[in-house]
Formats: sequence, C-alpha cells, structure tokens
Amino acid sequence: MAMSTHSGPRPASGRIRDTALLGLALVSLTAVSAWSLFIGVSDIGLSDLLRAESSKMLLFVVSRVPRLAAILLSGSAMGVVGLIMQSLVRNRFVAPTTAGTVDAASLGLVIATIWFASASVFLKMTVAVVFALAGTALFMALVQRLRYADIIVVPLIGIMLGGVIQAAATFLALRYDLLQSLSAWTNGDFSGILRGRYELLYLVGALTALAYLFANRFTLAGMGRDVAVNLGVNYLRVLYGGMALAATVAAVVVVVVGGIPFLGLVVPNLVTMTMGDNLRRVLPLTAVSGAFFVLACDIVSRTIRFPYEIPVGTVVGVVGGGLFLALVLRSRFNAG
Amino acid sequence: MIELAGVTKRYGPNTVVDGVSLTIPGGGVTALIGPNGAGKSTLLSMIGRLLPMDGGEIRVDGLDVSRTASDVLARKLSILRQENQVAVRLTVRELVEFGRFPYSRGRLTAEDRTRVEEAIDFLELAEFAARPLNRLSGGQRQRAFIAMVLCQDTDYVLLDEPLNNLDMRHASQTMGLIRRFATELNKTIVIVLHDVNFASYHADRVVAMKDGEIVADGAPGEIITAPWMAEIFDLEVPVHAYADRPVAAYFAIG
Repeated sequence: MAMSTHSGPRPASGRIRDTALLGLALVSLTAVSAWSLFIGVSDIGLSDLLRAESSKMLLFVVSRVPRLAAILLSGSAMGVVGLIMQSLVRNRFVAPTTAGTVDAASLGLVIATIWFASASVFLKMTVAVVFALAGTALFMALVQRLRYADIIVVPLIGIMLGGVIQAAATFLALRYDLLQSLSAWTNGDFSGILRGRYELLYLVGALTALAYLFANRFTLAGMGRDVAVNLGVNYLRVLYGGMALAATVAAVVVVVVGGIPFLGLVVPNLVTMTMGDNLRRVLPLTAVSGAFFVLACDIVSRTIRFPYEIPVGTVVGVVGGGLFLALVLRSRFNAG
Repeated sequence: MIELAGVTKRYGPNTVVDGVSLTIPGGGVTALIGPNGAGKSTLLSMIGRLLPMDGGEIRVDGLDVSRTASDVLARKLSILRQENQVAVRLTVRELVEFGRFPYSRGRLTAEDRTRVEEAIDFLELAEFAARPLNRLSGGQRQRAFIAMVLCQDTDYVLLDEPLNNLDMRHASQTMGLIRRFATELNKTIVIVLHDVNFASYHADRVVAMKDGEIVADGAPGEIITAPWMAEIFDLEVPVHAYADRPVAAYFAIG
C-alpha cells in the first residue's frame, strides 16, 4: 500500500484517559471493599485482626471475605454480560433480566429442587444453566422473527417472555410449596453467603475473563453480520457463544446470589455512554463499575436498618430503577 | 481474478440470480449496473460470501469462496454493503483499526498502526479521526467505512452502492477516491452503481444485469448507449457525449 501522504502513528491520548479512569475506579473499589469488610453486626476492628483474635478472625474469613468476594464477582460479571448482550443483540435495553434469561434460570432451579431435591448445588446449577440457555435461545429466536426490531419492542418481547416463564415457575413453586425459595432466587441477597457457598462464583469470574479475550469479536458482531463476516469473524459462533456465556453467568449468579435487577442494564449503559461501544476498551471499566454498584448497594442494604439487613436486590431495584428511568428518558431525547 | 460459473440464487419460487458466469481479471474498476431487483447486490454479496449460493461456483484467485475459511478470505477480498447506518459508538480510528482485524486479531502492531493512519489520511478523515461514527454526517461515515476496507488491504474490494445518500460533492469525491484505489494501489474493484454516469466516467468495464442475468458487458462507451439503456432499464434515455464519455441524460426525461 504505497500511499502519497504518510504520517506515523499519532499519540493516543484517549488511551491514557481510559487508563486513568480505570485506575481511579479500581482505587475507589479497593477502598470501599476494604471498608465494607468492617461493616456488620459483630464489631470487628483492624486491631482484632492484627491481634489474630480467633472468633473474630473466623467470622472474618467465613463470612465477611466470602461476602465481599461474592459481591465483586457477581457484580462485575453481571455488568459485563449485560454489555455483551447489548452489543450482540444490538439493543441497549437487552440484559439477562430483559431477555428471559434470569426467569428461565429460576424456573430451572424450581424444577431441579422439585425433582432432585437432595441433589448437590452443582447439579441444580447445571439445570439452571440449561434452562437459562434455552430461555435465551427462545428469546433470540423470537427476536429474529421480528419484522420490525424496534429498540423498545425487543426488550418488551424479552420481558413478556420472562413474565410467562416466571408465571410457570410461580405455579410450580406454589404447587410444591417453594414460593419462599423462589422469592429468594428472584431477589438477590448476600447475607447468606458463607465460605463453601459462594465458590461457584469463581466460575463466573473465569467466564468474565474469557469474555475479555473475545471482546473484539463481540464488538464486530455488534456491527452486524456483514461487517463481521467481511473481517473474517465467524458471526454465528460469536453470537451464540457470547449469548451462551452471558446466560451461563446469569444462571450461576441466580443460583448463588439471586436476581440482581437492572445491574446488567444500567451499568453498561452508563459506561458506554461516556466511552463508546468498543468492548475491548469498555469491558474492564464495566466490570469494575458493576462490582462497585453492587458493593455500594450492599453497604446500603446492610446499614439502612442496622442491625437488620434488607436484601440487596431491593436496594439495587430502587437505585437501578431510578437510573434506568433516567437512561430511558435521556435516550428518548437523543433518539436518532 | 474473480471467476463465476453458473452462480444461482433463489428466494422461494423467485430466481434472483440465474446461472451467472463472469470473469473479472485483476485490476481496474468493474461497475455492476441494472434496474432495482436485477440481482446486482445479491451477486456481489455471494462473491463476498455474505450470502450462500444455491448453485454454481465462485473463485477468487483460485479460492472457492464457499469453502475457503472466512478469515483467509478476509485477507483476500473485502466487501462493503450499503447498510452502514450502524449506531455503534466507535471513533473513526477505532473503526479503521478493525480493518486490520484479519491480520492482527485486535492486537495492533506498529505496521498496523501505520496502515491505519495511511487509510485515514487517504480518505481525508484526519480531522474526524477521534470522533464517534454517530456524530458524523452520512458522507463522512461512508468514507470511514471505506477507510476500514482500505485498511483491510485486500487485492479485491467489493462495494455495494457506496455513493448512496451522498450529496454531489461527497459522491464525486468518494468515487474519485475509489478510482484511485484501483489506479494507485492496484486494487481490483467491483462496484454496484445506481448512476450509470459514474460508471461511464470511472469504470473500466460495465456489466449490466437484468432479471438475474447478465445482459451486457463491455467498455463504458459500448454499454452506456441509448439502445442499451432502453434494453436494460426499459427507458428511452438520450445519451450524449461529454468530455469523451457518454452521459445518460435520464434526469431530463419523465
């Protein structure tokens, strides 16, 4: 390619800004994470840890640290899978909660609990993942049949599909006296997270890292099939692979933590609004922001009625719902 | 060289492309013209493996496009379709960088970066390089996508109505740049054009399609004639000569 005008690579000031932003977010997340370890009914101070007081140390290791790990893993993962789904479906309002994914996962959990009551958590998780995959695939099939894939119609279809699946889950739960369990799965809560009960979330962390490796392919698939194929990307494999990854992550989070509404919707939108849709660029900040969002909501849920707790899903629902409303109104004004 | 043999595409009972055979040697600009629904875009999409064929065979430099790995083809031919009104918020530079994806898989080398800047300069996009696509005019966005394809640095470039929705200035500038791809960079360009007059001035060869078949094939001076226009478009168009080239004065009738 011998071209007449030539200039060398220009300095990328945008990349420096990105790194600074990510660094700032990471520092804040670390600080608030550290602080959160010392919030709780049992008063644990740094000095207790330094003196290695055994009962407090035990509480710290068995409850506080696992809780923090669960928050960070599920928050970052749910932010990232929301981002991926929005890119792949090419719709800013698609997330595990608006694509039938989360509802299908909880239906799977109900069924697994009814038929394999004594099964291990791992088996129940597997059933939930299979259901989440099927629910997401059904959503994709419905959307692909749409003649007019409007930005609002697509998530509406997902929400309706989710509603139907949720109704089936509620019916079964009612029949088999599982309503309480179902409401725990649909409303996320970190208070029950203990050592031995959250480790499945490391799988979610691994999948989030895997997603980063495929970030460029997700971006290209988000530009449409023609652009992706032109650049040699296997479009269908990326589309279905990415959606499967998202469904799996969402299902595992439902099993361990429960539903975290709006997270996958609000956090990626806030990040891409300022940084654009290049997933390789925005994915790290989305992960950190998702973790931060959940952590902040969890701290509120732990302190607002101290010494009692309210489920984090409720706090997230209120905060996220407000942010979501603001986003929708903003996109109305900026439509085009 | 692009070789088509008996290429066929059907949608239900309709045969959109009907047993087309065509050979396009390397180099130069080949324009595909014809009325709406003639099968031009479908044919182009099949050459660029965006659409599967129902029959026939297409080879690009001997590579069978329906069998060769997509990422290998991505270094041999590039195709730009007309629907590029994507709402993806990438900057021009990010988009052009993706043109290097077939080579670097997103990890840009120093050479990739040089190519990116060259493509941006070639399409005169330097002042917009940091701007998101959704804040560009239609013409600028179209040029950004062409820069991406240029950055892909393939011997064969397939363009589907790249002048659509461009105003007079942008349309002529863009067509001039595409002509320079062929002349200065030795690319083989196959371009679907709506306006036969752009084909007349910038193409080396004009291939006319109608009802899924090739009805005329030759130098612009041979095809852009009143009898052929009547045959291809079912329209009596006066054709005049201007600056040694035929001009179909279709805007003067009706």
